[in-house]
Amino acid sequence: MKTPLIEIKNMDVVYQKELVLSNVSLSVFEHDFIGIIGPNGGGKTSLIKAILGLLKPVRGSIRHSLNKSEIGYLPQGNQVDESFPITVKEVIASGLEHGFRINLGTTRSRQHKVHKALETVGLETLASRPIGELSGGEFQRTLLARAIISSPSLLVLDEPDTHVDNQFETELYALLKELNKSITILLVSHDIGIISPYIKSIACVNRNLYYHASNEISVEQLKVYNCPIEIIAHGPVPHRVIKEHIHE
Amino acid sequence: MDLLHLFKYDFFQHAVLAALLMSITCGIIGTYIVSRRMVFISGGITHASFGGVGLGYYLGFPPLAGAAIVAVLAALTTENLTRRKVLRNDSIIAILWSLGMAIGIIFVYLSPGYAPNLMSYLFGSIITVTSTDLWLMLALSITVTVIFTLLYRPILYVAFDEQFARIRGIPVMFINYLLIVLVALTIVLSIRTAGIILVLSVLTIPQNINNLFTKRFSHIMIGSVVLGFIGSLLGLILSYYLDIPSGACIIFTLVVLYLVAQLIKVVNFGR
Repeated sequence: MKTPLIEIKNMDVVYQKELVLSNVSLSVFEHDFIGIIGPNGGGKTSLIKAILGLLKPVRGSIRHSLNKSEIGYLPQGNQVDESFPITVKEVIASGLEHGFRINLGTTRSRQHKVHKALETVGLETLASRPIGELSGGEFQRTLLARAIISSPSLLVLDEPDTHVDNQFETELYALLKELNKSITILLVSHDIGIISPYIKSIACVNRNLYYHASNEISVEQLKVYNCPIEIIAHGPVPHRVIKEHIHE
Repeated sequence: MDLLHLFKYDFFQHAVLAALLMSITCGIIGTYIVSRRMVFISGGITHASFGGVGLGYYLGFPPLAGAAIVAVLAALTTENLTRRKVLRNDSIIAILWSLGMAIGIIFVYLSPGYAPNLMSYLFGSIITVTSTDLWLMLALSITVTVIFTLLYRPILYVAFDEQFARIRGIPVMFINYLLIVLVALTIVLSIRTAGIILVLSVLTIPQNINNLFTKRFSHIMIGSVVLGFIGSLLGLILSYYLDIPSGACIIFTLVVLYLVAQLIKVVNFGR
């Protein structure tokens, strides 16, 4: 039996005095590609923050068999001040920083890594551009490059597809699928329809967590999981379009 | 008019030196303040420090030392209460801002006799800086420059995205507290030259002029040191020839420079 990269057992998480996750268990294994879905305010971001060590569980446990520096993270875009005076290159390079180091100048290997990350996300020509002058898609690419520059073994993405155009969305998921050959991925999304062709399994989070070991899910299952989300008809994947329904 | 002969006066040499040292600290620290949207916090720390000036007068120790202690305490309190979400950030600042001023006024009033230099704390007096002031300013300039050189990346990354920095294992708390203390000390030592009422402009106007033309943290930092020095030197000379207060004159010059820069930008780059 393989040991999971992350093992969450019966975890409760409190955020701003409110119980946002209750009795949550989840094991993340190497090469997993888990889509984390659920309604807004259902605790998706809190789950991620607990995995990243930003929120401590009040009950239960969370065990990492990887180093924190091996996790790449892409936050929700609105968490970052887009008028901050910093360039694409500098943002991407910040993904290499680790711990407390005094460093002067740029080493060759550092430059090389930045260049490779720029290439991966297709931003070579915008390297010196301030982030305030980027489009939504270009900005998300920058954050993605920052997340993958350290060659992480686990990649955690919090709604990377907000404020981006359809073309980039397709490119993004194709890229993630490629990366998934060597990297484990946790992907938070509000749109199961778009991500289902790419993910391998689904975690429905609405205070509780229901793990579903397949990338297809039906309306009935979502109801059982108490996970009222919208399914938009999209792509070749068989799924049903959800009827209007009220979460009880 | 003979500009060069001005530089022969001791008081003027001191003033020029003070302007240079102030431009170094304020250029660097101001870039951090402006980029992190901490202008209001800085205003709070500045005004709170007046409480220390008042205490100094009343208890008979150097007012500037009192200002330094109160400014650092106010800075640490603001940072701490904000992190713990005890109160809303802007409310904490407003309370410390007015509390400091109130304490200052009460103690200056209670102090026996007349407070001779009170106006110079409010509006600055670059012409009367002492050599002790200059040594302190030199020490701070060196400290700030060294810290920003050695820790440039961690400081930039924490300022840009604190949460990401924390995940990368950068000591976010240490950087935040270190920087807020440097902000407080920079403000207090600039009070001698620019005054409580005016110091905020030295920390923001050069940065905003540079920000019109560059969006790189390091460029804004270096550009602000240079522009801050040019602005305060021009203001100083102007104040001498027009015989008007130096602090106000420096701020006025900086604002004029900002307007000229804005004009240049509109003409050259359109908007």
